[in-house]
Amino acid sequence: MYDFEYLKPKALAEAASILAGDGDAKALAGGMTFIPVLKQRLNKPSKVVDLAALGLSGIKVSGETVEIGAMTTHATVAASADVKRAIPALAKLAGNIGDEAVRHRGTIGGSLANNDPSACYPAAVLAMGATIVTNKRRIEADNYFQGMFATALEQGEVITSVVFPVPAKAAYMKFANPASRYAMVGVFVAKGPKGTRVAVTGAGQNGVFRHKAMEEALAKNWSADAVAGVKTPADGLNSDIHASAEYRAHLVGVMAKRAVAAAG
Amino acid sequence: MTRPEMAGPGKTAITLAVNGTSRQLELEPRTTLAEALRNTLGLTGTKIACNRGACSACTVWLNGQPVLSCMTLAIDAAGQEITTIEGLAHGEALHPVQDAFIEHDAMQCGFCTPGMVMSCAALLERNPHPDAEAVRDAIAGHYCRCGTYPHVVAATLAAAERKP
Repeated sequence: MYDFEYLKPKALAEAASILAGDGDAKALAGGMTFIPVLKQRLNKPSKVVDLAALGLSGIKVSGETVEIGAMTTHATVAASADVKRAIPALAKLAGNIGDEAVRHRGTIGGSLANNDPSACYPAAVLAMGATIVTNKRRIEADNYFQGMFATALEQGEVITSVVFPVPAKAAYMKFANPASRYAMVGVFVAKGPKGTRVAVTGAGQNGVFRHKAMEEALAKNWSADAVAGVKTPADGLNSDIHASAEYRAHLVGVMAKRAVAAAG
Repeated sequence: MTRPEMAGPGKTAITLAVNGTSRQLELEPRTTLAEALRNTLGLTGTKIACNRGACSACTVWLNGQPVLSCMTLAIDAAGQEITTIEGLAHGEALHPVQDAFIEHDAMQCGFCTPGMVMSCAALLERNPHPDAEAVRDAIAGHYCRCGTYPHVVAATLAAAERKP
């Protein structure tokens, strides 16, 4: 790791201003991806701006929404009685990210800012039509994800929270890589205020995507049988040492069926 | 307790609360907690193996929760309570999980053991009566190349029964 200047501001405006004023400054959330990147010297930040003292951690549940602060850890979301009650699928997803120690440091905001193509949270955000709240604006999920490791965030823009509309039905199923626990394929299905939506992570070459054919099938008939008849083309899916594109396409169907069945 | 707002590049004075004691260190911001514990404080019970968050050998507690010390900057841990394997026993009296690991031969080469013990002891703190599944989940991130997993599970369940 190259050495850097470390800053731990106590005010969001200060953090945003440092990041906006220096293109080589980087934000640090839980560090579960960023610190390994620094160790491999894939990044040489002039400044590391630690977001831990900004008070961005916490969960607020109203009747219709669950708002999760950007620095809330996966372990906190997984253990939250409020989240379990309002969106059990989200608590379960958080509790199956990585391993116990990773869940105590990794954050929802960090995961979404990084937008790893195999991360779990992007599937939940896209399928439920959540809103990403930043220090500057509110970004709808459909406009937020812009390809592998790419998002709508601008320089100096910091995620402050994520607002999930509470769905009537939702479930997430992932076929996890047994070593990393990242999704080789993960499918989040949801029926709620933003419609009937299906988001797939781990499979697409451009990161998380909506499966429109499955959405149409489920909108007509919410059942595992309805998605069983929907073909997923292998074009545009990832192929690597863990799984071919064809195998991933098959897994999308299997995970979708299981998710719909689990959502009830 | 110092909680620096700005530090580095280059060495900076920080204070870490390790096993109930306040320790003064001079560190570069890029120093990980694992490096600070081992190389600066001489607390070599915490092991570094993969050094990239894939093996959990470096597990310590931050405010009572197991975290990967190789994936945490030491400077970010300033102001938080750090507990290492050296801080788990009370003097000569081992932690019940440590005793159970010995009784159940839950180690062979021993390199993953401190991290395993920290995760299993943390599990019993939040769930005093776990089942085998809960123990397996708690150690899901730990690599043991000797394959001691079944003994680790047996030891942790035994420690839970013994714990008052």
